[in-house]
Amino acid sequence: MTPFLKRLSAILPTDRLLCEPQHLSAYESDGLTAYHARPIAIVMPETADEVIAIVRACHAEKVPFVARGSGTSLSGGSLPVADGVVIALNRLNRILSLDPAQRIAVVEPGVINVAVTAAAAPHGLHYAPDPSSQIICTIGGNVAFNSGGAHCLKYGMTSNHVLGLKAVLATGEVVEFGSTSREQIGPDWTGLFTGNEGLFGIALEITVQLLPKAECFHTVLAGYKTLEQAGDAVSAIVASGLLPGAIEIMDALALEAATAAVHADYPPGCEAVLIVELEGPREVVAADRVRLDQIIAASSPVEARPARNATERVAIWKGRKSAFSAVGRLSPDFIVQDGVVPRRRLGEALRRIGEMTREAGLRCANVFHAGDGNLHPLILYNGKNAGELERAEALAGRILKMCVEMGGSITGEHGVGVEKRDYLPDMFNPDEIDCLQRIRAAFDPLMIANPGKMFPGGNAPALTSHGLHPLEKAGLISRE
Amino acid sequence: MSNHITPTTVSELVSAVRDHPRLLAVGAQTKPRLSAIDDDVMRLSTLKLSGITEYEPDEYTFTALAGTPVREIAEAVAAKGQYLPFDPLLLEAGSTIGGAVASGLSGPGRFRFGGLRDFILGVRFVDGSARELRLGGKVVKNAAGFDLPKFFVGSLGRFGVFAEFTFKVFPSAAATLTLRLPVSDPTKALEIFDTVGLSRWEAEAVDFLPTGDAVLVRLAGPDEPLQILAQEIFRHFPGEILSATAADTIWSDLRELRWTTAENSLHKVAISPNQVPALCIRVSSLSGDAHIYSGGNVALVSLPAGTDATSLGLPALTLRGTGPLWTLPPTPPAIHQAVKLALDPADRFPSLA
Repeated sequence: MTPFLKRLSAILPTDRLLCEPQHLSAYESDGLTAYHARPIAIVMPETADEVIAIVRACHAEKVPFVARGSGTSLSGGSLPVADGVVIALNRLNRILSLDPAQRIAVVEPGVINVAVTAAAAPHGLHYAPDPSSQIICTIGGNVAFNSGGAHCLKYGMTSNHVLGLKAVLATGEVVEFGSTSREQIGPDWTGLFTGNEGLFGIALEITVQLLPKAECFHTVLAGYKTLEQAGDAVSAIVASGLLPGAIEIMDALALEAATAAVHADYPPGCEAVLIVELEGPREVVAADRVRLDQIIAASSPVEARPARNATERVAIWKGRKSAFSAVGRLSPDFIVQDGVVPRRRLGEALRRIGEMTREAGLRCANVFHAGDGNLHPLILYNGKNAGELERAEALAGRILKMCVEMGGSITGEHGVGVEKRDYLPDMFNPDEIDCLQRIRAAFDPLMIANPGKMFPGGNAPALTSHGLHPLEKAGLISRE
Repeated sequence: MSNHITPTTVSELVSAVRDHPRLLAVGAQTKPRLSAIDDDVMRLSTLKLSGITEYEPDEYTFTALAGTPVREIAEAVAAKGQYLPFDPLLLEAGSTIGGAVASGLSGPGRFRFGGLRDFILGVRFVDGSARELRLGGKVVKNAAGFDLPKFFVGSLGRFGVFAEFTFKVFPSAAATLTLRLPVSDPTKALEIFDTVGLSRWEAEAVDFLPTGDAVLVRLAGPDEPLQILAQEIFRHFPGEILSATAADTIWSDLRELRWTTAENSLHKVAISPNQVPALCIRVSSLSGDAHIYSGGNVALVSLPAGTDATSLGLPALTLRGTGPLWTLPPTPPAIHQAVKLALDPADRFPSLA
């Protein structure tokens, strides 16, 4: 046992310090399954004090650490570092307080996203950010990656709902940012911390705001013969002055996947399905739905199906939220991409994605948050076929570059992680990246917190599931 | 004044930063305490860096230079049926968008969708090394890089000089309706805050007036439903609907801080709703007045000149008057100074204290 592991064993009992290969292998990968790396240990703290002690041990011994919740990151954000530890935060899963009058909750990082809403529901409240993985992803991970969801245009992302937090920084310093107030004095440290991708430290307690659950919903699913028609319908809705809670589009391949996975039922013969949801007081929704229904009727859908009750609404969303994993039914491997384009260029972006996909000889399903221009191309490939992963990654890269060229972003909600770190220079110039690096160094001068993420040319390259890594070929590293 | 410099282009702004070892950006100075610092610090006026550089109504975004008057922006987006949901203050006084970001000041409308921090998307700024940088993005959703745009909200220009911002806007509601609910004391105001906050009504603003005798509730949405919601609110809390003219006047007076006097000091205080009654007692004992808004999450407190705002016992920023600029933790975390050094290694901009 190394001196570092001895130090950890003084903090945690042996059943919460895992070093055996069979345990380590379970943590080798996250939601970005093309990448694997085996850490030296997994630690499973149960209290904030244990997390602080572990981080301080890592700092003292200069050992890299990666905080992990449920490991759902689609950008490889919780991919381990080969010579580091994984701090699994799942056991810090307590809702420490919930104040319905002030509409706030204080939660630990391992609390599952949807558990916050479940705890708030008896008071008529909910936690607004709703990533598709919300039934399993944790609030700590949501804070680290500023997770989004289907309702971001109207309600914003995770950072818009975090009022304050207590965190241990990579230096071992414990800080408290923000408060229980929705207002703050001084720079927005909470806002800076949210979305740090695990590079600053670990959030230990997170104060989130809760919103009253909308009294009434009006959810419409409309099928269109072409993607362009669906896109035109979105433009018309936006131009009307309505502010729907969500505007989503799925293309034909995504519909095929959702149909196979959850038996979702869509109008036949459609190249695209649009989902629009209004929400608010029943009188307001009643007035707004008249306008929405007129706009959709004028947009020449094959069929428009308003949800007639809560069950039908849930079914519509189940099909949409299952789309990512459902694509697994169509292909042994796939990459979930995440880019943003200005909304008015959605149609053009989708056409170009189609062309690039054909050139690459691959298939690509498209699911996107049309209201905010956030694309999720799902690139299908078979890792067992020589060169397919590389072609898929090259296609993903071309799509990201296109997003930047159109004035958008390389990530709307999944973060840069390990997956997109080489594309950060497409968005930011060297001075800007240097500025980000300086801020990172202020929080983590030793660069031990989630190294190898966000910034190009990070530390040890991650291994891919396809063939041997160059370092393996050179005999410098090996898999057990 | 000799210690002012007024760049007219962003490249002049970069040069000005490079050429002055001690510097602070100022806008229209409608919140004078924020720029009340030593005379040997060069004031860089952003007033000639003005104008909306991009406005895409279909994208719900605009980009404007830092010295652009907020009023100009509000009028431009209103012409396209949109508005600034964070509800900026001091429009008629000439406040700039840069000053709004630096002070982190949002108005009563922040209750519905959040404050300025929730609508800022991107920033172009000059750091302490005189580098022109753009962080954040120009689209409504973006998660690339650390969120410096948000960090700058409330940062008082101590970390960099702002050149330009991109913000998100929303479509305006078809109608608004303002309800005046008389209250006898702050406890009743708190009851209204809590009830409205948990209700189905989706109010846009909930304010306890400086006069201390009424709470205003502003509803926004399609016209007819608002009348129904108003009657429902009156069943909980009796009151009256203000005429459009009366409503415009009272909101304008609040927005322009006409309830305050120039001689008094003015402080923004971050509070939680349950602290409202205690704050009201404290303000009253100091012979001050307070406008408490956003359902009891923000207070603007006016105090007689010379009163020490730290006696409020809450996080506070001084906008007018003397005394400490802001209340800081007795021992600020080391990270505060570390980030200051990262963005301003030569201490070109004033210190955080």
